[in-house]
Amino acid sequence: MNEKQIRGLIEDVRGGKLARRDFMVKLVSLGVTAPMAGHLLLNAGIAQAQTPSTYKPTKRGGGGALKVLWWQGATLLNPHFATGTKDQDGSRIFYEPLASWDKDGNLVANLAAEIPSATNGGLSKDGKSVIWKLKRGVTWHDGKPFTSADVVFNWEYASDPATSAVTIGSYKEMKVEAIDSHTVKITFNKVTPFWATPFVGVQGMLIPKHLFEAYKGAKSREAPNNLKPVGTGPYKFTDFTPGDMVRGAINTTYHQANKPFFDSIEMKGGGDAVSAARAVLQTGEYDFAWNLQVEDEILVKLEAGGKGKVVIIPSGDIEFIQCNFTDPAVEVDGERSSIKTKHPILTDPAVRQALSLLVDRASIQQFIYGRAGVGTADFINNPPRYRSTANKPEFNIDKAMGILEAAGWKKGGDGVREKGGKKLKLLYQTSVNQPRQKTQAIVKQACQKAGIDIELKAVTGAVFFSSDVANPDTYTKLYSDLQMFTTTMNAPDPEIFMNQYCSWEFATKANKWQGRNATRWSNPEYDKAFRAAEGELDPVKRAALFIKMNDMVVQDHAVIPVVSRPRARGANLKLRYSESGWDSDFWALQDWYREA
Amino acid sequence: MTLSGTYILRRVLIALPSLLGISVVLFTVLALAPGDPFGDIVSNPNIPAEVAANLRKKFGMDDPVMVRYFRWLLAMLQGDWGFSFASRIDVDTLILQRLPTTLLVVGSSQILALLIALPVGVYAATRPYSLFDQIANTLTFVGFSLPTFFTGLMLILVFSIQLDWLPFVYRADITSTGWHFYWDHLKQTIMPVTVLALFQAASWTRYVRSAALDVVKLDYVTTARSKGLKESVVVLKHVVRNAMIPVVTLVALQVPAIFGGAIVTEQIFRVPGIGSLLISAILANDTPVIMAVTFVFSCLVIFFNLLADILYAWLDPRIALS
Repeated sequence: MNEKQIRGLIEDVRGGKLARRDFMVKLVSLGVTAPMAGHLLLNAGIAQAQTPSTYKPTKRGGGGALKVLWWQGATLLNPHFATGTKDQDGSRIFYEPLASWDKDGNLVANLAAEIPSATNGGLSKDGKSVIWKLKRGVTWHDGKPFTSADVVFNWEYASDPATSAVTIGSYKEMKVEAIDSHTVKITFNKVTPFWATPFVGVQGMLIPKHLFEAYKGAKSREAPNNLKPVGTGPYKFTDFTPGDMVRGAINTTYHQANKPFFDSIEMKGGGDAVSAARAVLQTGEYDFAWNLQVEDEILVKLEAGGKGKVVIIPSGDIEFIQCNFTDPAVEVDGERSSIKTKHPILTDPAVRQALSLLVDRASIQQFIYGRAGVGTADFINNPPRYRSTANKPEFNIDKAMGILEAAGWKKGGDGVREKGGKKLKLLYQTSVNQPRQKTQAIVKQACQKAGIDIELKAVTGAVFFSSDVANPDTYTKLYSDLQMFTTTMNAPDPEIFMNQYCSWEFATKANKWQGRNATRWSNPEYDKAFRAAEGELDPVKRAALFIKMNDMVVQDHAVIPVVSRPRARGANLKLRYSESGWDSDFWALQDWYREA
Repeated sequence: MTLSGTYILRRVLIALPSLLGISVVLFTVLALAPGDPFGDIVSNPNIPAEVAANLRKKFGMDDPVMVRYFRWLLAMLQGDWGFSFASRIDVDTLILQRLPTTLLVVGSSQILALLIALPVGVYAATRPYSLFDQIANTLTFVGFSLPTFFTGLMLILVFSIQLDWLPFVYRADITSTGWHFYWDHLKQTIMPVTVLALFQAASWTRYVRSAALDVVKLDYVTTARSKGLKESVVVLKHVVRNAMIPVVTLVALQVPAIFGGAIVTEQIFRVPGIGSLLISAILANDTPVIMAVTFVFSCLVIFFNLLADILYAWLDPRIALS
């Protein structure tokens, strides 16, 4: 789809010919994230559909305790230091951003009075500034008013390198100023088509100026409130044991009427995913459980307990196989898989195409992942209802053999194909993880039939995913021919996600293998498109560029998608809540309630 | 009794170099182990690389191992246990938060184990190869052959899922008040304590039995019986007292384990004890926490070893410590 077609679609939405939702579906299936697609409409001045509220309780409180299980307990409660989702979720109970992402990628206001748009004057024409109007009458849990000074402070706090905030990426290269007590203006150093990063979502939770002011910069770790959050959220802090328990009590002055429903919240940590699933689905001891990474077969059995159900949340995460475009067997300047070499086998497009035909995604989904892994041929992994119909996952050994045969790979005496004296032998590595080892076995079997000899290797996760420069088995080194893991799409904008195929992102010895491009695939066209997208002011042109980039990677079989990994949560049958794959599980915690 | 001050002093002085040795080994192994506490930050493309570099500098992780070790040792000598990378608070706060639960759960399981092992072991020894002895023997075999994760899951299956009597998620801070508070605590403690106690009781029973059996056969017991003493007096005053000498040391050596927590059982029941703190610290590569927990544990082992030796001499004056 090109720029013109996207513009046509936007006009169709404006004219009422195309439903907003269908527009999102179309764009998302082409490799654009839902939040980005929502942005296109916002920038075109089409107001977002207000999601109708499904919140039924008519008074605040009275709902008893809400008990949730996170099998990895929160270890700290300052959102600017929160590294994993566990810490972000723990913080999100107490802290709120200006706006959050719902499951369709729409912005929903929390501490903002309204979402900035072209029509309400929040967005400037040059794409360099955003004006946020803050909600009035909001108070922190200690009674102090929430004003624009707090918002500005969060920018100062996070953007100060001495603070070492993990949110710094969302706050550098911009200036934030208060226009009046309830209006802030963000001025970006460069044109920023996707402006909803600072103060939005998990990176955007706001901490109070009056309690953290003295602890900006190097003293950040000494702040007593790092462990005692004082926010604006629906629950007030009660107590916290790192790794074990976060507790909160109802905020009776919460800024939304009749909310929240529950009198207290308990977020219990520790244990394992299976017993967490059991406590929610089978015994009903808990109301909600995070990240049920459990074989689907077990989940189905536990659901038969009748207390809860598994909620599948579409996400951007994908399990995929990367092909190495450099030679892992040759060492150049003390570095294997050097960009100065070429892979003797995998640079042949026929081999990559054949490999992609030899991944039996249907069996992998059916026998290994179940609902938690949906077979896909797309790299951009999305909710199933958004999935493109253009690329169908195909498993066809005969076709693969035909392609190899035509490319000159002939079967040798031992059943392994060879061409020009090179045997079709590949080393396929992944991390130690039962579903991954099973997937490896399924792929190996099919490859064997097609005459490709696959050697399997499993590296312990602590090593595979580490950034240890001295260890040869890390995934960024890719000292093997193929490797498989899950890559996550956390940001609502695809820019950071797509930079992993840029040539300047090659993981090399020079950058201590911190580059993101481990396959070392490159394409000058792709690089050009990415650079263009980075500086593209027009969001429509930008979306078209991302779609083009996505096609380049997938159609060249640089990577072989296996299954998209929706997130599985467990919820009590009576619990009413709204999920989102683009934000924290608690993005709408104030709306959670229990049906009688 | 020839227990002298110089002996104790000598033992303490011997213990010091071994503690130093242990700390060097622990520190080096942890420094060499793969993994990076800031791995999450490094691999997250949304976080600039400078953040991780900055944190490493802040926590002094770029210095050579030797420098880090001596810095750690110096701090430890001054009572500073370090600063957790993952939680960004002092390690001693973290450990102290977990200690009461561990002491309660593991401690009461040890007491329960002792309450089972002592009477059963002694009774079995006084009637060797009787039916009671045979049953006790079989049960102890079963008891220490079954790993705790198995008995734990069995109990959950029966008491939480089938019967729905007991909760299987342990909560350290129960909100209910009054009688309910104690009742809820009791309910959630039953299963983890039983699992740990049965395992421990099984091996202790066998130990008590064999220790008592050795004594029962001795001449002075026969003499006591022939004097016409009541059986209960013979057993309690003459047999048990002497048979307890090795048992006491065994129990003393087991005490450090109470502080170490029980990793597997704590994980199954989500007991927020030292064991689960250790395992999550290991998974998060939170070196200061791992170091503090393991080192404190080593100190306790050495201390209780010393204590066992002293107890031994005190209980049995024939043993001269010099």
